[in-house]
Amino acid sequence: MADLITPDLVDLDLSATERGEATKSLAQRLQAAGRVTDLDQFLADVRAREAQMPTGIEGGIGIPHCRSVAVTEPTLAFGRSAKGIDWGAADGPAHLIFLIAAPEGGGAEHMGILAKLARKLIHASFRDSLHQAPDPEAVVSIVKKEVLGQ
Amino acid sequence: MKIVAVTSCPTGIAHTYMAAEALEQAAKDAGHEIHVETQGAAGAEAVADADIAAADAVVFAADVEVRNRERFAGKPLVQTSVKRAINDPTGLIAEAEAAAKAAPVAATATPTAGGGDAGRPVAPTRTGGGGGGGGGGAAAFGTQLRGWLMTGVSYMIPFVAAGGILIALGFLLGGGAVKPKVYGGTFEGVTYQAIIDYTQVVQKAGWAGLLFLIGATAFSMLVPILAGFIAYAMADRPGLVPGIVAGLLANLVGAGFLGGLVGGLLAGAIAMYLVRLKVPRALAGIMPIVVIPLVATLLTGFLMVVVIGKPIAAAQTGLTNWLNGLSGSNAVLLGLLLGLMMGFDLGGPVNKVAYTFGLAALASGNVQVMAAVMAAGMVPPLGMALATVLRKHLFSDAERKAGETAWLLGASFITEGAIPFAAADPIRVIPATMAGSAVTGALSMAFKCGSRAPHGGIWVIGLIEKPLLWFLAIVIGVAVSAALVITLKSLGHRASDEEIEAGMEGTSLPGRRAATA
Repeated sequence: MADLITPDLVDLDLSATERGEATKSLAQRLQAAGRVTDLDQFLADVRAREAQMPTGIEGGIGIPHCRSVAVTEPTLAFGRSAKGIDWGAADGPAHLIFLIAAPEGGGAEHMGILAKLARKLIHASFRDSLHQAPDPEAVVSIVKKEVLGQ
Repeated sequence: MKIVAVTSCPTGIAHTYMAAEALEQAAKDAGHEIHVETQGAAGAEAVADADIAAADAVVFAADVEVRNRERFAGKPLVQTSVKRAINDPTGLIAEAEAAAKAAPVAATATPTAGGGDAGRPVAPTRTGGGGGGGGGGAAAFGTQLRGWLMTGVSYMIPFVAAGGILIALGFLLGGGAVKPKVYGGTFEGVTYQAIIDYTQVVQKAGWAGLLFLIGATAFSMLVPILAGFIAYAMADRPGLVPGIVAGLLANLVGAGFLGGLVGGLLAGAIAMYLVRLKVPRALAGIMPIVVIPLVATLLTGFLMVVVIGKPIAAAQTGLTNWLNGLSGSNAVLLGLLLGLMMGFDLGGPVNKVAYTFGLAALASGNVQVMAAVMAAGMVPPLGMALATVLRKHLFSDAERKAGETAWLLGASFITEGAIPFAAADPIRVIPATMAGSAVTGALSMAFKCGSRAPHGGIWVIGLIEKPLLWFLAIVIGVAVSAALVITLKSLGHRASDEEIEAGMEGTSLPGRRAATA
């Protein structure tokens, strides 16, 4: 199975100021890494999920995600925004953006990894270490350690 | 304390698990034992029946329908959105504690017989109580009650929209005569025969008549659906049949939507009680499909017809006599009273008395009463529609959508357009609709407006005398109604309301999860 996240999929200085833009810039990284085959399809799927109810949660987190036929491997793209981007949470903009891409009809093993990732997101220590990560490599190693136990 | 929880979200890859983790943490911190079933894409590992049986409280943090929720029937339940569980797990656990305390009899002590009997509904772990809820946890019960009502409303709204708009289109194309052309009656001095063979409706009443007929048929399901799904929310599937029948009977005895509310709650309570009843194993198999629907429907039906039907009929006669006694005196006062009645039960028995009174006045040549009644009856949906535009956050998503169609329904004198709002929150909405309608009724009489049409709203404005003043009377009443409902809702708007609304939105979403490998 391919890595859940690689340094290419991390953007510690998101320049986007708006949800759609931020999602798109992270999604382009997924496409460049070969994890997304059809960018438009993927973005449409993310938007559809976001339209049901914004995925922002309290504590400055946005979790755009979808299951899409355009996704090849379960993958996480991570973005950090100093200014913050409104993600629909009641307590303010999101600073940590997790774009979770899941293949449509992915097996239980795939989904299990994403489930573990989601569980980690609510832990303050996990968030804090991502806030403080100095470079993309550090983000990758934090995620791998916390989620995959590697 | 022991808690079981189910988390689920539309995609099933993120929030489901975050909510589970948050709940597990919060429960652990509070010293409780919790088992969470994540109904997500990674496949749901069902919580064991034994854990459910032993649980003191159940938490549903779900934006889509909880699968196999009948396993949890009869347990003290806290239902909310998946986001609430993530954002405020500690508060949610505290609510679960409160719900467990409010339950009539502690669930922990009773061992269950569920062990050797997989697939059966959960064995009852607490007795009695019924749907009336515990007297102790008034707040928790209020929240639960609102949750039930909201479920009923969310299933009813599409009927209001589809039926109401078709009826409005019928009036728009066919004018005020479309109703008597289909169902018989008198309009503008012409008497129409009711259509007997409905396949002939287009020939006899035109396309407008067809639209009206289809709309009216959809509309006739409004109260049954409301009652049915209130009962469904309370008792799951066993509640559906008695609930729908209670709604149909509410229509039949002329009890309107308030009758439907009561009937739905009754049916749900009875079904809930029967589901929990301990029965011999031989009988258990036929309980859910034969015994419970049969007994619950019989009991509910009996109560609806014999106990509820009579006082309603008596009240209708009394009201009519009272109005007849008043009609000679002060016209403005009469308009005010008729308005109060139009706005009270929005198409129910009291509303009908006022409307029939208007019809009788029209038949005897008094056009002013009819104008006041029609104007007053247009106010409730319009007032609610205006309120949803002015203060979006006070209304749930489903209500805001109902608000969009309510403009058309109100303009067409379909007072029922306000029912979704009143059914969800009667204590705050009904005073507002009554006040607005009363103001409009009184103003219409004061302005001496008249109407030669018995129905049709704005589409028959050509038949209105002093149409501008009549319109002004409506606008003022709408403003009063909207202002009042906004005030009342702002006063009573608690944080917990939002959860229920969010939870309710979830129930109206179809389960979107695809099967996983």
